[in-house]
Amino acid sequence: MTEYTDISTVDWSRAQFALTAMFHYIFVPLTLGLSFIIAVMESLWVKTGKEEWKKATKFWMKLFGINFAIGVSTGIILEFEFGTNWSNYSWFVGDIFGAPLAVEGIMAFFMESTFIAIMFFGWEKVSKRFHLTSSWLVFAGANLSALWILVANAWMQNPIGMFFNPDTARNEMVDFWAILLSPTAINKFFHTVLSAYLLSSIFVIGISSWYLLKKRHISIAKKSIIIASIFGFIVSILTVYSGDTSSRDIAKIQPMKFAAMEGLYEGGTNIPLVLTGIITKNKEGIEECEHSIKVPNLLSLLTHLDSDAYIPGIKNVIEGYTSHEGKRFLPIEKRINKGQEAILALKEYKFHKKNKQTEEMNKSLKIFRENYEHFGYGYLNTPQEAIPNISLTFYSFHIMVSLGFLFILIFITSCFLIYKDKIEKYRWILWINIICIPLAYIAIQCGWIVTELGRQPWVIQDLMPTKVAITDIDTSAVQTTFWLFAILFTTLFIAEIRILMTQIKKGPQS
Amino acid sequence: MPSWGRKMWIIILIKLFIMFALLKIFFFSNFLNSKFKNQEDKGEYVLEQLIKPIK
Repeated sequence: MTEYTDISTVDWSRAQFALTAMFHYIFVPLTLGLSFIIAVMESLWVKTGKEEWKKATKFWMKLFGINFAIGVSTGIILEFEFGTNWSNYSWFVGDIFGAPLAVEGIMAFFMESTFIAIMFFGWEKVSKRFHLTSSWLVFAGANLSALWILVANAWMQNPIGMFFNPDTARNEMVDFWAILLSPTAINKFFHTVLSAYLLSSIFVIGISSWYLLKKRHISIAKKSIIIASIFGFIVSILTVYSGDTSSRDIAKIQPMKFAAMEGLYEGGTNIPLVLTGIITKNKEGIEECEHSIKVPNLLSLLTHLDSDAYIPGIKNVIEGYTSHEGKRFLPIEKRINKGQEAILALKEYKFHKKNKQTEEMNKSLKIFRENYEHFGYGYLNTPQEAIPNISLTFYSFHIMVSLGFLFILIFITSCFLIYKDKIEKYRWILWINIICIPLAYIAIQCGWIVTELGRQPWVIQDLMPTKVAITDIDTSAVQTTFWLFAILFTTLFIAEIRILMTQIKKGPQS
Repeated sequence: MPSWGRKMWIIILIKLFIMFALLKIFFFSNFLNSKFKNQEDKGEYVLEQLIKPIK
């Protein structure tokens, strides 16, 4: 039997964390990608001496500054929440989560902040080249910040390079490089930053298209579209590649999430790729994809480079399966039993330690270590608890991928029409470019929904379910701060949109 | 400083005040730090939380 903290506290804590993280991530991608576009434009100004490049640099820098000012330190709220709402988790992850975040704070954030000051206030005070170097270092600093945070997140999806200390109840880092260079961390970093560059390119193209529609700042708008569409096209191809490698990694380490992304209930060999479909509940009451348009064998081919490859579905993960590589995965029911053995062994270890019974202590510890990989399952009541929200994961994944391919078309079209100098004639394309700005934000948020919702019930894959991670506090306390955040974030968001719109209307010459 | 720059500084300062002087102090105390004085007690508490589900 298991008992838990009030489930509504879990839900409200999750809702609050999701609200904060999603709000924070409205600002992050533009900081990551626009800094690159700005640095390229400034480099062209330094190289050619053409004032238009300087004007373009200053204009995009202004929008970057507004985005940075509104977004800065919204991420710190997440750290507040760790300490208040997620104290079991915060303690359990030990220095593994703390170390990358500390490196991020000391190295990357301060580097970014220092050079942002030079970038904004140093135009007439430092040399051209020093200013340019500062702009590039802002780009590097922002991306380094992202690296450390994504490494911490990747560890939660694929916990490796650590050792659980039963005396302190903390995971201790034993292999920093395994954590930093895990395939999950590398894939996550590249896919996240590349998609952020993609969003920034869409942002620049969309706003430049608005100027073309209004027949204002035509030269700067066209120059901006050239840079953004070339950059956007290159990064969108790389985003597809990193998304593909990321999916393969998910198939290996989070098969349930992978099945949810595809709405795949019953796996097998020669699995088709679902292009689109509708999620409905089946006879067992579990959601799966039906009425779909599929490409035969393609999912097996993309995942294992073999069209005959076996891919487990939700049912197979629940019942146990043998992977394409021949590795046997236990049924969830068995993992629950093993997890409970691990928890019981930990309890007994604590008891024997208190009574100084060394031999029994070692016995308990051995059982605990043997079953630690199933530890988190011990907190689940039924195997069905291991299934995430299928419909949200499936639809978010398919929206993200579809929009990603739409953006590739946007980059190709913009590149071609700018090259032919005909872009103003196709007003409907200019309108689509503008509409793509909110779509890019939707795509990027969908990506995080897949990542974070698709891995439920885990806060740390297989080791700690979300319901065990939270602090045993009153739901009302979390509800109060949730609404406070909702008001604060909405106000900030409205402020950003209004200030951005005013500056966009004024344009580069103001 | 341009007017948009002044607006930005005002927003940053108000935001930081709300976050650090109000939210952090009144709503977001660190649970373990506020309940326990040393690392050992914190570890002991979390361990209890981890093993309590098994009756």
